Amino acid sequence: MSLALSIGLLAAAGVFLVLQRGMIRIILGFVLLTHAVNLLIIAAGGVSRREAPFIGGDMSLAADPLPQAFVLTAIVIAFAITVVLATLAVVGRGDDDTETEPDPPSIHEGSAEATQGGDVR
Amino acid sequence: MIEVLLPLFVGAPLLLGGLLFVVPRRNPLQITVTMGSLLAVLAGAVLLLTVTFDGTVIAHQISLWPEGIAIAFVADAFSSLILTAASLVAVVSFLYMVSSGESKSPSIPALILILIGGVSGALLTADLFNLFVFIEVMLLPSYGLLIFLSRRENMAGSRLYVVVNLLASTLFLAGVGLIYAIQGTVNLAELAGTGNDPATAIATAVCLAAIAVKAAVFPVHGWLARAYSVASPAVAALFSGLHTKVAVYVVYRISAVIFEGNSAWMSAILVMAAITLVVGAFAALGESNMRSLLIFQMVSGVGFIFVGIALFTPEGIAAGITYMVHHMVVMGSLLLVASAIEHTYGSGELDRVAGLRTREHLVTAAFVIGALSLVGLPPFSGFVAKYALVLSSASAGQVWVAGLLVLVSLVVLVAMMKIWAAMFNGRRHSDVELLAAQERIRTRKGLYDNEVIDEDEALQEAARAVERIGPPRGIVGVDGDPHDHRGTRVSISLIIPALILGSVSVALGFGGELLVSLAEQASSGLIDTSNYVKAVIGR
Repeated sequence: MSLALSIGLLAAAGVFLVLQRGMIRIILGFVLLTHAVNLLIIAAGGVSRREAPFIGGDMSLAADPLPQAFVLTAIVIAFAITVVLATLAVVGRGDDDTETEPDPPSIHEGSAEATQGGDVR
Repeated sequence: MIEVLLPLFVGAPLLLGGLLFVVPRRNPLQITVTMGSLLAVLAGAVLLLTVTFDGTVIAHQISLWPEGIAIAFVADAFSSLILTAASLVAVVSFLYMVSSGESKSPSIPALILILIGGVSGALLTADLFNLFVFIEVMLLPSYGLLIFLSRRENMAGSRLYVVVNLLASTLFLAGVGLIYAIQGTVNLAELAGTGNDPATAIATAVCLAAIAVKAAVFPVHGWLARAYSVASPAVAALFSGLHTKVAVYVVYRISAVIFEGNSAWMSAILVMAAITLVVGAFAALGESNMRSLLIFQMVSGVGFIFVGIALFTPEGIAAGITYMVHHMVVMGSLLLVASAIEHTYGSGELDRVAGLRTREHLVTAAFVIGALSLVGLPPFSGFVAKYALVLSSASAGQVWVAGLLVLVSLVVLVAMMKIWAAMFNGRRHSDVELLAAQERIRTRKGLYDNEVIDEDEALQEAARAVERIGPPRGIVGVDGDPHDHRGTRVSISLIIPALILGSVSVALGFGGELLVSLAEQASSGLIDTSNYVKAVIGR
């Protein structure tokens, strides 16, 4: 139950942050979201059995190693992409805000300007 | 015996890509190794195609672990066909990058090798978690390609691309976790047919929803145009053949193996596909830039392809796969035409460049082939693909879809005519030499698109170009003659890649029987997955 609640809380907070404008908030949102998904995968393997697998002991008590391997891989990938995102927040000129539209020739602005230009002409 | 080669499709490009990072930037090894490996992947894919052509499915268990425990790489006719088309697009796009000089930017060849390694992995793996990993392997170099080759000072488009793809990947991972929770496995072959269990169906639907974002299906297609229009044009061509199509491939595979064409889900996909193809085609009409107009054709094309899987008849899937191969080739060709124009004239805006018809014969030829093929006229591959798709929708009882496909093709024709009328016909603008000169200076100095260029320098550059090729007779305003038959500015090496893909489209049009029979073989492997399952888990 506590696991389900944590996943829910992390996912909710992550979604909230991802919907913000600032790049740093989006990055933090993704950190929380990936935590939520990692916990989900751990939960998928079952949390009642916690003994170490493969090194002797009672196999009926051994934890499922596969989700842990999944999570390990997912953590590494998420970490790498977080670095990419953080780089994106600082490179390029201007601030890290996503508020500005992509500069023309972007889809919406470009066509809007073209129409205005036509009116003037 | 050939199955031991399967991991090489992934391993070799990744390893070589990694090694290229330590090779100096201007060393000719960079280009030789990259082109060599891309060609090797293409040759290997063709080899796989000849092996799997008769319905054989080959699988390799990594590290030779027993079947069912090992992660399997598997190739059937479908994955071999898509891998062939994808590596062809990669080879040609890289050829373009070599011509345009983009391959000289730091680490670009290495990133492209890693990208193709990830694509091969995603197409060949039979494990959902591995699929997630390979999609990430494919995306990470793409972020690099997008950012390094973008000449926008504003990073909003790149940020959007990374954020959307990361969100979709996270969702996909959650779906994989849910599937594991319910079924205790993520091996595609062991999951075969489990889509009839409602809980598994919903978990798989989470995966499909995530993949749909990457494939740019209707409600979640908006990011594609924004992100791809900030990429370097050649990168957009590369991505159009690899990224969205890998996502489409995954949808085909999951729908066939896990859902086994469960009709409730397939009719949902059919409705989404229909909306996507209409929305994409109409959205393209509103664009004022050649590239973004073409990118919405990509959205529309994904809709066309999904009609095939949604019908889930042998003919329908075969038609969808035919359309997929055709679309990869033709979109690549058209986007490379746009690249060549943008690279030379510095703009792909419809109202900035005009009169290419009389001036750039090869560009015009490449565009006409691509455009007519996209619309679906004979003798190009588009005709074969669309004819098969319309016919199979009608024979599957979905006459409204057949009608829609024909109507939307007319809208695509209008979009292509819009490009033709604005850029190829029409009077040449008097400042076209200046624009082209400014673009050459930007390329030479590596400037951003919106940085101001010294006017005198640009004028001198333009004057030199005019002098070299001969004074244009008809710059408008000098003698009122808009038709200038001299002064080709797009160099031949820039347009050859687009012409290669164009001639592939013509060849696939004349040799449509080959393509269709390959697609039929691929389709029968998706309808009856027992060979696939047997190859992967041995029962």
